[in-house]
Amino acid sequence: MSDHPSTYVPKTGFEKWLDSRLPIVRLAYDSFVDYPTPKNLNYWWTFGGILSVCLAIQIITGIILAMHYTPHVDYAFNSVERIMRDVNYGWLIRYVHANGASMFFFAVYIHMLRGLYYGSYKAPREVLWILGCIIFFLMIATAFMGYVLPWGQMSFHGAVVITNLIGSIPLIGGPILTWLQGGFAVDQATLNRFFSLHYLLPFVIAGVVILHIWALHVAGQNNPAGVEIKSKEDTVAFTPYATVKDGVAIIVFLFLFSVFVFFMPNALGHADNYIPANPLVTPAHIVPEWYLLPFYAILRAIPDKFGGVIAMFGSIAVIFALPWLDTSKVKSMRYRPVMRWFFVIFVIVCLGLGWCGAQLPDAQVIPGLPSFTLFDGQLNSYLWLTRLFTIYYFVFFLLIMPWIGLKEEPLPVPASISEAVLAEHNKKKG
Amino acid sequence: MKSLQTLGRKAWIKAAATVMAASLTLGAGSALAAGGALHAHEPKEGFSSSGVLGTYDQAQLQRGYKVYREVCAACHSMKLISFRNLGEKDGPFYDPKYKNPNENPVVKQIASEFEVPTIDSETGDVITRKATTSDAFPSPFANPEAAAASNGGAVPPDLSVITKARHGGASYVYSLLTGYKAPPAGLKIAEGQHYNPYFPGDLSSAWSGDHKHVPAGGVLAMAPPLSAGQVTFDDGRESTLSNQAADVAAFLEWAGEPKAVLRKKTGVAVLAYLLLFFGLTYASYRMVWRGKH
Repeated sequence: MSDHPSTYVPKTGFEKWLDSRLPIVRLAYDSFVDYPTPKNLNYWWTFGGILSVCLAIQIITGIILAMHYTPHVDYAFNSVERIMRDVNYGWLIRYVHANGASMFFFAVYIHMLRGLYYGSYKAPREVLWILGCIIFFLMIATAFMGYVLPWGQMSFHGAVVITNLIGSIPLIGGPILTWLQGGFAVDQATLNRFFSLHYLLPFVIAGVVILHIWALHVAGQNNPAGVEIKSKEDTVAFTPYATVKDGVAIIVFLFLFSVFVFFMPNALGHADNYIPANPLVTPAHIVPEWYLLPFYAILRAIPDKFGGVIAMFGSIAVIFALPWLDTSKVKSMRYRPVMRWFFVIFVIVCLGLGWCGAQLPDAQVIPGLPSFTLFDGQLNSYLWLTRLFTIYYFVFFLLIMPWIGLKEEPLPVPASISEAVLAEHNKKKG
Repeated sequence: MKSLQTLGRKAWIKAAATVMAASLTLGAGSALAAGGALHAHEPKEGFSSSGVLGTYDQAQLQRGYKVYREVCAACHSMKLISFRNLGEKDGPFYDPKYKNPNENPVVKQIASEFEVPTIDSETGDVITRKATTSDAFPSPFANPEAAAASNGGAVPPDLSVITKARHGGASYVYSLLTGYKAPPAGLKIAEGQHYNPYFPGDLSSAWSGDHKHVPAGGVLAMAPPLSAGQVTFDDGRESTLSNQAADVAAFLEWAGEPKAVLRKKTGVAVLAYLLLFFGLTYASYRMVWRGKH
């Protein structure tokens, strides 16, 4: 918190000397030791720390992989396999990096849903939220380009499908597409620049993460009660309280991470990406990685290609506008009896969109169920189920959020964090 | 809005439950709908490498290598595998006496049986020399065009990572190799093509029978490559079709993931460490937070 006075006292001579020249130890002490955190934070609040670990893991493993990887259409696939076979512990580094992307997205989705449920985007945390959205968008771009680098069948044809989306923009789409791909098709130039950008963007993410944490420390953390810190009674020091709790959560997370890396390293990937890229053979079913499936589903839900692109980018853009779409005076959905259920449906719809994104649009949802054609597709098809989910996705943000916020009667909100903690304590005691 | 709230908690729970039940049904539905091919299955005795603690059976890998060398290698390359890999830890010819696989006499012997192209440093001509342990397995065809020309237009896929590149992995390889059968009446098979119920494909255009019951599987250019007695096993194992297929599938599984045993062993240690670390950290957490909740 900005109004929290620094309590750092330099002890040694060197610390005193440094503190009057570059107070970096003071900054670290004030940010990660003495920083007051609400004492009612639950485990959903540990995902910030988990995400920092994810970013660090991706950057470290990524730098080592880049030492051995060859960004060339003829050698990329084999160089990745060579890392797995001939580089010391290369199999570990590569599997950590590949599964790390999935783990990163798993954590970021929970982190975002936590923010959504507890109203962490509301004043005074709008900028904090937007910085988070920028990180998420950069993560998508980075993950997409990283998936292209092994130059397998899914890498190549995924890159073709996604870059071609740009080409659907009227008039200027064509030239921009050529400029982006570095030629008239996805080829050597595309692979080489994707490698360059895939190396660059994580450091951009790290920069925005610093701004994100800065904004967090200015506004202070939100908490499950959704009421601001009122007194010292409401807080505990970041260290040891938050650090040890984050530590517990990070270890549990690493356990899950390790189960994938060591025992099912290819379970989250697609077998086709172990076939070297071949522009002349298109895979039967092109799908992105699981964490991008909901957006892929929204893209395919719209019959017009450019319309689909707008809907897909719109589905991310709408998250940026969230602080101004929510009209409720109450932050935490704990005290929002109606909105809470729309949130539950929203989570189910997001999972549903992910499911639909992995299916063929024409496939029947319930096999054998009689159906009829509605406009351009059978009603009993993933096409229409996806459309249903897509409609809810946008209605949730654009109509339900503003409308319920005005109409809903929230439950009584506790006067302070201490009161909320006490109430819960008494409830537990019975 | 009052009406929404008076609708009450129960109604909302019911609505949410309905959506959830519906999404579960959808899951089940598409699992049934998928499946142009039969589901791949393991050999009856299973694969020794499957499971959390599974390891490769070295005798089986040696037999599998023999099947690959005598049958598969006639058409399929394995460009990512070098002779030295055969003598590495967990490999078919690993010998603890030779930590460096390049010194392993069996591996040296195998490599020396092959000729590989090289450039004569005196004249610049393309000549051949005896392969060494560091050489990759020589490919049966000079280039993809030559491979296609000799195989009815289809390029036999490289087998280096085939078990990772196919759904079902080693089980798929085993099922495909043992799964060839005569096409059902009503299925038109083009010349040079072969029916296999485990090969992913869509046969509806070649099927003249009931359109609700299109046979599972697809057609591929590879004729049934293995048959009983085709490869003689040095260790006396009966040379049935199933045994040959299981052994070569195990060999290909190893080739695709030569570090799998090391990976799983490391994983057990890592998980044990994390478990211990968790206990310690959780105890610290309880201690630190005592009285603060």
